[in-house]
Amino acid sequence: MSDKLGFTIDGKECEADKGRSILEAAADNGVYIPHLCFMKKLRPVGSCRVCTIKANGRNAAACTTPLADGMVIENNTDELNDLRRAIIEMLFAEGNHFCPSCERSGSCELQALAYRLNIMAPRFPYMFPLRKLDATHKSIFIDGNRCIQCGRCVRAASELDGKEILGFIGRGGKVRVKASSTRGLAGVDISPNDECVKACPVGSIIVKETAYRVPIGQRQYDATPIGADVESGKA
Amino acid sequence: MQDLDPKVLAGEIKAIAETEDNKRTRLINVVRKVQSAYGRVSEQMIDMIAQTLEISRIEVEGVVSFYHFLSEKSTGRVPIYLNNSAVSEMMGFEEVKKAFEESAGIAFGQVTADGLISLSETSCIGMSDQEPAALIAGKPFVNLNAAKARKIVAGIKAGKSVQALVDEMGLGDGNNAHPLIRSMVNNNLRKKGPVLFGAMAKGAALRKAVAMTPQEVIEQVKAAKLRGRGGAGFPTGMKWEFCSRSKGSRRYVFCNADEGEPGTFTDRVLLTENPDLVFEGMTLAGYAIGSPKGILYLRQEYQYLQPFLEDVLAQRRKEGLLGKDVAGKAGFDFEIRIQIGAGAYICGEESALINSTEGKRGEPRDRPPFPVQEGYKGQPTLVNNVETLAACARIVEMGPQWFIDQGTNVSSGTKLLSISGDCKRPGVYELPMGITIRMILSIVGADDALAVQVGGPSGSCIGDKDFDRKICFDDMPTGGALMIIGPQRDLLKVVHNFMRFFVEESCGWCVPCRVGNQMLESKLRKIFEGHGTRKDLDDLADWGRIIKSASRCGLGQTSPNPILTTLTNFRSRYEELIKEDEYLTGFDLEAAVADACDATGRTLNLA
Amino acid sequence: MPKPKIATCSLAGCFGCHMSVLDIDERILKLAELVEFDKSPINDIKNFTGECLVGLIEGGCCNSENVEVLRSFRKNCKILISVGECAIMGGLPSMRNGIPLKECLDEAYLNGPSVVDGQIPNDPELPLILDRVYPCHEVVKIDYFLPGCPPRADLIWNALVALLTGQPADLPYEVIKYD
Repeated sequence: MSDKLGFTIDGKECEADKGRSILEAAADNGVYIPHLCFMKKLRPVGSCRVCTIKANGRNAAACTTPLADGMVIENNTDELNDLRRAIIEMLFAEGNHFCPSCERSGSCELQALAYRLNIMAPRFPYMFPLRKLDATHKSIFIDGNRCIQCGRCVRAASELDGKEILGFIGRGGKVRVKASSTRGLAGVDISPNDECVKACPVGSIIVKETAYRVPIGQRQYDATPIGADVESGKA
Repeated sequence: MQDLDPKVLAGEIKAIAETEDNKRTRLINVVRKVQSAYGRVSEQMIDMIAQTLEISRIEVEGVVSFYHFLSEKSTGRVPIYLNNSAVSEMMGFEEVKKAFEESAGIAFGQVTADGLISLSETSCIGMSDQEPAALIAGKPFVNLNAAKARKIVAGIKAGKSVQALVDEMGLGDGNNAHPLIRSMVNNNLRKKGPVLFGAMAKGAALRKAVAMTPQEVIEQVKAAKLRGRGGAGFPTGMKWEFCSRSKGSRRYVFCNADEGEPGTFTDRVLLTENPDLVFEGMTLAGYAIGSPKGILYLRQEYQYLQPFLEDVLAQRRKEGLLGKDVAGKAGFDFEIRIQIGAGAYICGEESALINSTEGKRGEPRDRPPFPVQEGYKGQPTLVNNVETLAACARIVEMGPQWFIDQGTNVSSGTKLLSISGDCKRPGVYELPMGITIRMILSIVGADDALAVQVGGPSGSCIGDKDFDRKICFDDMPTGGALMIIGPQRDLLKVVHNFMRFFVEESCGWCVPCRVGNQMLESKLRKIFEGHGTRKDLDDLADWGRIIKSASRCGLGQTSPNPILTTLTNFRSRYEELIKEDEYLTGFDLEAAVADACDATGRTLNLA
Repeated sequence: MPKPKIATCSLAGCFGCHMSVLDIDERILKLAELVEFDKSPINDIKNFTGECLVGLIEGGCCNSENVEVLRSFRKNCKILISVGECAIMGGLPSMRNGIPLKECLDEAYLNGPSVVDGQIPNDPELPLILDRVYPCHEVVKIDYFLPGCPPRADLIWNALVALLTGQPADLPYEVIKYD
């Protein structure tokens, strides 16, 4: 039996190794499936749902669904793109995302997805929540206003840094990322070079005194859409 | 309470952890015990628990902040949790709430200055046929009204024990009066059917099962065409087969008694009146799939049943129906333990229930792998609903054909239904599968029903034109809850209550469910406040469809149903509220400047 | 045929979006061929002279006057466009939105470290401040959104030309940015 599985994405004939998720298999074939909570080297958790595709007619998160032989996958369709747009818009409405004053603007994955999906304004009302800022640490802060609860930092800390220093508290709309200490970030073993710091896709975890080094126009997503690397085979 | 010596406290917490063998997987039990001993799990206690169990504090804090009945802040020594479900609202929730507030002298969300009483709301506690109901220091108080609420508070203030108050108000029917329960709850078991409440000889099914091979037992369940009674309707025999064939070092049988769907209370009645049948089903499931361990996951709301259930288990051990060589079968060992939840609707989802039993936040898992492949502690795990397991015992005892014959030609067997709302005879009924809604309405005395919510909030809201539909998997599948909404009710108020419930109970893991439900709820509010337009109705339908199709688990995949089904079946109710304009923002200038007027002593003058 | 009219205003904004309109440089001459400017800070016309085709709104609503102006734009313009982050989502002024107004006023006028003999301004000439900053589409209907802080001049130009000529808008990736 061959170790390769055959499948189609939006009609394109593809092939990928066994054991790949749909998201990875698509990337192997130069097809970008928009995603946010997924990150290479981290256990996928399917929490953002941005990578929702149709596999054999059924909706599924591409990051957590294993590829199966002969799968017919829909990805770049009006229906799915509108669904993704809605999810991104929900995140913009849920938190306080003031792009003009954010250090990550230009290289933020949430913002880049909004650009790619042509979002001009969210359809949902802004919630303007009161969120906390943990600036207790001398060189790193976590701004809850910009956090999208994707959990990449939590997983990176645990899986890559080997430190159980971040986690989720609360339930439902009150879910927050928090440091594992009553003293906040200052009370945990974290440093700017940790994977958990780099894993943040938005401007929630920021290394102090490093902001605004790259001029506008030269930032990661100023001229090149997110996913272009996958589509050009350079990822 | 602030004066606890940290050294003494640390010692006490160590002792509590020891009663759970210092196991990380028993974290829920440890924090529940701490909560019950000190009325809270404080910052300091979280640190101590983390140190004792050798885990990070954020894991402990994550759990404490996830479950409704755990809290960092102190509750009162006698915490009162008043149920705010839709049926409770219909039956007088507001009046009772007000009476509690007035007599206790505090608002909901507060604790009395002496630390005696705290008032909180809580989601459905499984008493919908006797609402309004509250849990007071863990004991259910039912059929409340303002006078009773005042009497209860006065009693507590006078130093009476909660049990004394229950005794004063009178014990309920059936086993509720059992010395190990002593509860005022009523079973209201109005129709005993042949399957779940027929005469049964304890151990008969089990003895028949162990005389067969495990595979033969599975074949019996398959032949009976039993489908899961929790609502999703997965073929039970197939689930058993999958689990029995999954590779693992140990298999587990879970009985899901976390019935949190508002309006559902069949598990409560079955466990109160016929627990042996449930345990028998669990045990023979263990035999069939090759498992030595069963866990009954009981929602905290039903904790008052625990001593009684433990006693039933002890009896079964004595009679050789649990323990070593069960029912005389050499080599078949099976034990059952009871795991109590801590207040989270989502834990009724099987993978969330498993996470909770492992001492984690009750968030569902991704699938695949399914629990039958990798469940509790990574091992093959069978999760069945209470009614399903009870039915399995009867199938093995009486044979698959007998079971099929108890249903109609569309679905086999019977179904337990919990009937609540506007009818003359609310309660539990065991009726044949395939019965029509109209027939049920006539049996329970609800001839003028405006609407019936079938399957709880996550199900469908239907009106007269659908009353001839049948309760069965091919037509109207349901976990068993039927809430009857009479013509005098404001249907959309009920819908709004359901949406608030889903906002409260979403685990928050995935975006569409966490955020989307809040958006639906705020849109409903906009319409109720008189700012709704046709565009808003279209938005409700669109957003609901997106949330359903993008959410990770059953909660978000069904939470828009109250809106979507009423938009279809009762559209005129919405249209009565909306203006013709295609666009209204709902912006209210007077309200928006009210704070500024207050701060400056001015009034709004636009002239 | 008379030229269609265009009006602009800045509510709770910084006029940066208006600067960006001017950043279309010499194309403004071409714009003047296509439209006539009505009420706008650019030409300092204070009141509407008649029905306008397009209204460009910069800034969100932070006080009662903003609301009044926005409503008059809705009344006098066929098409309303939210221009920039403040109009679209409140922008920087709305960073106060999670905090009760009373606390904001107390901090600014009574308890701030540099305040001496503070008083919350209450002159009847002043507009009343709103409980929070509202995005324009939460107050009136908005037809289009041009994001950016400020929106790139090319975005404004391309969108306006498309609107005025009825051609589909050419909006390259680079021109739509939120900052």
